[in-house]
Amino acid sequence: MAILAHEMKASFAFIERNFNLTKRYWGWEVAFLVYALAGALSVTLIGADQGSRRLIFSLMIGAIFWNYLSVIFSFIAETIAWERWEGTLEYTMMAPVRRYSQLLGSTLYAILYALIHTAFILVVLVLFFGLDLSHADLVTAAIFMLVGSVSFVGIGMMAAILPLLYVERGAQMTFVLQSVLLLISGVYYSIDVLPGWMQVASRFSPATYILDGVRKALIEGVSIGALWGDVWPLVVMGIALIPLGLWAFGRAERYAKRTGKLKRVG
Amino acid sequence: MTATLTPQPKRTDDRARRIVLLPDRPVRPGDRDTVVGERLPVPAALLAEGVTKRFQVERKKPPVIAIAGVTMRLDRGEIRGVLGANGSGKSTLIRLFSGLLTLDEGRVEVFGHDIVRDELAVKRLINRVSVDAAFFKKLSPLENLAFAARLYGLDARRAKRESIEILGRLGISEKRVGRPIEQMSRGMQQKVAIARALLTSPALLLLDEPTTGLDPRSKLDVQGFIADLRTTHDATIVLTTHDLDEADRLCDRITVLDRGRTVVEGTPTELKALVAADHGGTESLENVFMTYTGRSLDADVEEDADDDTTERR
Ligand SMILES: Nc1ncnc2c1ncn2[C@@H]1O[C@H](COP(=O)(O)OP(=O)(O)OP(=O)(O)O)[C@@H](O)[C@H]1O
Ligand SMILES: [Mg+2]
Repeated sequence: MAILAHEMKASFAFIERNFNLTKRYWGWEVAFLVYALAGALSVTLIGADQGSRRLIFSLMIGAIFWNYLSVIFSFIAETIAWERWEGTLEYTMMAPVRRYSQLLGSTLYAILYALIHTAFILVVLVLFFGLDLSHADLVTAAIFMLVGSVSFVGIGMMAAILPLLYVERGAQMTFVLQSVLLLISGVYYSIDVLPGWMQVASRFSPATYILDGVRKALIEGVSIGALWGDVWPLVVMGIALIPLGLWAFGRAERYAKRTGKLKRVG
Repeated sequence: MTATLTPQPKRTDDRARRIVLLPDRPVRPGDRDTVVGERLPVPAALLAEGVTKRFQVERKKPPVIAIAGVTMRLDRGEIRGVLGANGSGKSTLIRLFSGLLTLDEGRVEVFGHDIVRDELAVKRLINRVSVDAAFFKKLSPLENLAFAARLYGLDARRAKRESIEILGRLGISEKRVGRPIEQMSRGMQQKVAIARALLTSPALLLLDEPTTGLDPRSKLDVQGFIADLRTTHDATIVLTTHDLDEADRLCDRITVLDRGRTVVEGTPTELKALVAADHGGTESLENVFMTYTGRSLDADVEEDADDDTTERR
């Protein structure tokens, strides 16, 4: 019990620190929000250009939920890159904290941050396009987001490894992973238009199921009970990806400590 | 588990007579006055045996041997200076003790805890201050210290009080503790780094060139603080420095490293006496440094005439 309390405290250390950082970099936060909002708007306007209500809806959901997932993903992936940049990585790594507490804290903050970020964009877009959400099943959409976040946390942990292994360009390399997920997960189009082998790959991306579930829930009002086909892969991936992410992170940490990669360049 | 160590007289000469309870056994009421159970000799504050670290910098080239078979033992309350030329392995040694690098060979114990097997226990006992004060630069000293406090499981409110007090003692006024660190000079940042390490009350403090780049007054402040640490916090300290006066004044014993190896170890007085004869009787640490880190005195020097980072045997 005492150990658990200690670890929770340690997790909270990361939540509090990230909150303080968000506060101090508020100018950047505003800029980032404008950037994400402009992106989501311009994608959704393609639907308006085509004069299709359904396309507007579909693109909006794609843009918004992709934003949600990529904020979580990049936030977790960046926790290491950020510390490397500030030079605090060695300090944090030698603190008496278990790695899962550290990653849990970063993750919880990322989810909270992404939720607020996404809710803001959602509200603006719904107002902008005058969309009617009265038929939407919001609860089901929320469940998909939460269950889906778990898998994304796992992938984020694995992405966090890259800045651990590659001192200079690790953070940029996480973008590669992110853009591949964007390509195969049917964010702005149906995965049916992809070539066969890409469709196979899309089955392994949690985003595919999240977006499919959220679209059906919000556009057609389908409830969670009828979407089991999208839920179970997410549950399985969540259960597998978190321990896998932790394991991979541990391996990478040992490698970094063996080869002297924790220290800053120079 | 410092709590199980019995209170010990500081800086006595009969160190061998000090006793301690088995460090891994929980403390029972009354343990402190009526020592039940076995009495053991004091475990060293830091024990390193045959510590070796190599870095593979380039494929196909032999690895750089950064630390080669270093053995040292620090008693509790000791300040140990580590001297050596640039690239002699001082920072690497500190990183090995901190668990930031894995050992290739040898073992390290901190108050009887093996740093590999007992990683978390050791982490609670140690802290490190490096030459570059590493902080979240946009956060204030208080916010940075609050983060450290939580990582080390301290009570947040108490930590805040203590942070202000420690920073104050180091000459950082309460007005400054809420403003971003990036607005502070390097010397002030270094003091905050030391305050952060102190906040967690480390039993073993690893200081990697803590006074490098400080102005004379800040340097004196920090040195005074280091000396205080032993008396007030009962800390054991490893101190690397390029300032020989500092080493002379602060350190109980000094280890001189040359290309990853210990070349000589002793009290400042012993070391100075050792080389005085070769220098016309003048006793100075500078002579010690020059004698033991002078490449020309070494037999195997021709091996790395072109590249001092390749493997030597
Ligand atoms: N992460 C690393 N990767 C590769 N080589 C390293 C690494 N860290 C240290 N070295 C090498 O190990 C040797 C010892 O370096 P170290 O930084 O420990 O020296 P130092 O005594 O602290 O020097 P200084 O006085 O300049 O701080 C050097 O040859 C250095 O190039
Ligand atoms: Mg160094």
